[in-house]
Amino acid sequence: MSGPLLEVVDVAKRFSVGTRFSRQGVRIVHALDGVSLTVMPGETLGLVGESGCGKSTLGRCITRLYDLTAGTLRFAGTDISSLSQRQMRPMRRRIQMVFQDPYASLNPRRRVRDLIAEPLRVHTKMSEAEISRRVAELLDIVGLKPDHAMRFPHEFSGGQRQRIGIARAIALNPELIVLDEPVSALDVSVQAQIVNLLADLQERLNLTYIFIAHDLSVVRQVSTRIAVMYLGSIVEMGSADDIFSRPAHPYTQALISAVPVPDLAAQGSAKRIVLSGDVPSPVNPPSGCRFHTRCPIAQERCRVDRPALTDCGPGRRVACHFPTDVVHTA
Amino acid sequence: MIFSLIQRVAQMLFVMFGISVLVFLIFFATPGADPAARIAGRNASPEILEAVRKSFGFDQPIYVQYLTMMKKIFVTGDLTSFVNRGWKVVPAVMDTIPVTLSLVIGAAVLWVVFALLIGIAAAATRGTWVDKTLMMLGLIGISMPVYWLGEVMNLLSQSRYHDTWLFSWVPPLGYKNFSDDPKGWFLTLVIPWITLSILYIGLYGRVLRAAIVESLQEDYIRTARAKGLSETRILLRHALRTSLVAFVTLFGLDFGALVGGSALLTEVVFGLQGVGKLTYDALLNLDLPIIMTTVLYASFFVVAANAVVDILYMLLDPRVRTA
Amino acid sequence: MLKVRDLSVAFRTEQGMVQAVDHVSFDVGEGELLGVVGESGSGKTVSLLAVMGLITDPNAVITGSIQYRGRELVGLKPRDMRALRGKEIAMIFQDPMTALTPVYTIGWQIAEQVLAHQKMSKAAAWQRAIDLLAEVNIPNPQEAVHRYPHQLSGGMRQRVVIAMALSCNPALLVADEPTTALDVTVQAQILDLLRKLRRNHGSAIVFITHDMGVMAEIADRMLVMYAGRVVERGKKEELFLAPLHPYTRALLDSIPPLTGVKPKRLRAIPGTPPNLLNRPPGCAFAPRCIERFEKCSAEPALGSGNHTAACFHVSA
Repeated sequence: MSGPLLEVVDVAKRFSVGTRFSRQGVRIVHALDGVSLTVMPGETLGLVGESGCGKSTLGRCITRLYDLTAGTLRFAGTDISSLSQRQMRPMRRRIQMVFQDPYASLNPRRRVRDLIAEPLRVHTKMSEAEISRRVAELLDIVGLKPDHAMRFPHEFSGGQRQRIGIARAIALNPELIVLDEPVSALDVSVQAQIVNLLADLQERLNLTYIFIAHDLSVVRQVSTRIAVMYLGSIVEMGSADDIFSRPAHPYTQALISAVPVPDLAAQGSAKRIVLSGDVPSPVNPPSGCRFHTRCPIAQERCRVDRPALTDCGPGRRVACHFPTDVVHTA
Repeated sequence: MIFSLIQRVAQMLFVMFGISVLVFLIFFATPGADPAARIAGRNASPEILEAVRKSFGFDQPIYVQYLTMMKKIFVTGDLTSFVNRGWKVVPAVMDTIPVTLSLVIGAAVLWVVFALLIGIAAAATRGTWVDKTLMMLGLIGISMPVYWLGEVMNLLSQSRYHDTWLFSWVPPLGYKNFSDDPKGWFLTLVIPWITLSILYIGLYGRVLRAAIVESLQEDYIRTARAKGLSETRILLRHALRTSLVAFVTLFGLDFGALVGGSALLTEVVFGLQGVGKLTYDALLNLDLPIIMTTVLYASFFVVAANAVVDILYMLLDPRVRTA
Repeated sequence: MLKVRDLSVAFRTEQGMVQAVDHVSFDVGEGELLGVVGESGSGKTVSLLAVMGLITDPNAVITGSIQYRGRELVGLKPRDMRALRGKEIAMIFQDPMTALTPVYTIGWQIAEQVLAHQKMSKAAAWQRAIDLLAEVNIPNPQEAVHRYPHQLSGGMRQRVVIAMALSCNPALLVADEPTTALDVTVQAQILDLLRKLRRNHGSAIVFITHDMGVMAEIADRMLVMYAGRVVERGKKEELFLAPLHPYTRALLDSIPPLTGVKPKRLRAIPGTPPNLLNRPPGCAFAPRCIERFEKCSAEPALGSGNHTAACFHVSA
């Protein structure tokens, strides 16, 4: 077995908001706080969490759209955490990103052909004939018709636009694609089409995905492994099946139990854990365990002592002082 | 609050310093510019030029000249005109300020009141002929140059129809002090107020209508409708209130500029000795001390008006208060 | 209590008429929770905005009949509609971030609605706002009334919107995707709150959503809408356990399961929803339907039973 495709070690990202002259002065948003994970070739790592948990920030740090505040990023063994934008360019061919809003991420004044050809023109020395051939091939791969090439983005539905975005992302045969909420803006029936398309492409093109979403059932469907995030840190990691069938962290348990299931039979059996309050502000994160302000089982220790992400079973890691014993209850 | 006040003052001082240096350099350090030659007049002999230079202090290093001028404006207040020596500049500018303030404040009251009425009326009747007529009138108001409109007003009220009941009350051109003759003050200013405000009524009416119509598309207007509120209340309490920000921004900029001397054309047409007229005359004579003083005064007003706008923002929009 | 018959809403555009809602009929009983599901463009929001009398677009053409407790609402004078709206029929909107006027405190905004419909002093209205905030579980209501919308989180703002809707004890509450913009844990809180308020107030609720999971949790009866028409109607249990219309079935199948065996592929519905501009005749779902046959080129009608679907497979 080869080594990991991507290693994220202790990555932190802080933003500052306000100026020295605003009332509260400069405030630091702790968007990411010591995140570590690895992604193996060919797998899909799902990143889930609620708004403000840092999952999108992490995706943008991995693609180096953001610079890291601290930590190391290794892609295929190469440290890319401090490469300049120029040095990153050859890497960009290998790491691509797909965004949530297919409406906003495509230039409305350019034809589909040019949108898909753009990465080819920037990164390769292909001739015009080769580029047209490749664009036709890409359209076919993502399930669009050849005559779609001459149209503009506004002539497409949301699902079709997301297909265009995917075609752009796979144009250069990347190894890793970071998908940031790729199906959140789509209707359920269309969402399933895109989920299937992504699964097909992964198999066919040997892709590795980092799949960022807030919809737990979609994440469960696409992911091999899942990392659950809360307020800038990973609280639990493990295989998709394990996380959903035996969540160890109280936050993961609450998150899963909060999802309304369209299955009347399952309704009565699961006990719902309703968390009180909102996610605290990342400007002033709580002391100790970040989750203790909403945790139903928080103890005195959780207020002061921040739990580290530790192994708690095969392939399982959890950041909690009192995790549910996943090995023995299983 | 105190902090932002200090910040404001610092900003104002910085702007005033920058502008004064710029004006000074344009006057003295532009290649080929020799203030002595200008003061001495054409074909002056070298001896006279030399004398002028010495008597005005132009032989000193430029920064000394600058500092001397600043000292005379702000500390001793005895800066004198280059053209009319002995004429003290600071009191001269002080004399013109009430004239300009009277003109601009009166016009501002008119234009705010009428622009609000027009903007609200047009937004309330949007799409109908009332709206279209009001907007067309606004456009006409914007398009009429103030010097032309002023001359027409003068022609009608001072000569052509002066003897009719309509304009017989109009006094001759000129300014009367409020403290000496309140009624005269008011009467002499009525026509200039109307003339100056027409452009702004048109402009502000159109801006306000656009802002209200835009905010009527917002989600919270739908919420207000769902609450069962009357259309009038929705328009005045919800849509208008959130539309005033654009209005206030524009007002701050325009008011500051007008008080700072931009009402020049109106002042000239109606023979009002205001700041604009003073600056204009000084520019004709290239009378640096006066230009310098009025420019500093103008920049003070522009920055001060902006500070007032910021405070109004805080009152209008709670989001600014905590940001 | 609410009887909607053959409601149609069309919008005149430069390209022609857009038939957003097409002959929709449904009833809402006292104290009942009717769920309306459908994807974007299915006409679910537009039809309920029509019930609220909130379609202000001058290019909209509304026909049909909407009867609220025996009173016809279509063509009602704006003044009479206003007296009803906010008092007897109230609405909760999708995006709590933009649903409140940014320049007033939340107490002011709640009191405003109370005063618009009830004769009471300002102080009493203010006290009512505090009580309502307490009822929707906003911590520290005494202090919270003085807050501005931007100082609250999305979940808190949605509670304020709900408090406002409840301020006059409405008999009918229309909730348009009230939890869609919220995080799951907050959504769970809001759904809990709505259940509690339903018990306490006994209002009938029409709940619009695209989320079948949310429906399964709270609805009594459901309507499934597609392309401006009702394609299936029935009790929640009937709809989930024995869906009649191929679209309802396909919709349920396309949702990835949260438990149990993970399917290799999701059963997606091919194609995209139809364009509502100059739509072709016949069943609107036919082009995407795996069960279509010759008859589907005609327009299927919704049966009259309690559980019924507009499909020739069912009515045939």
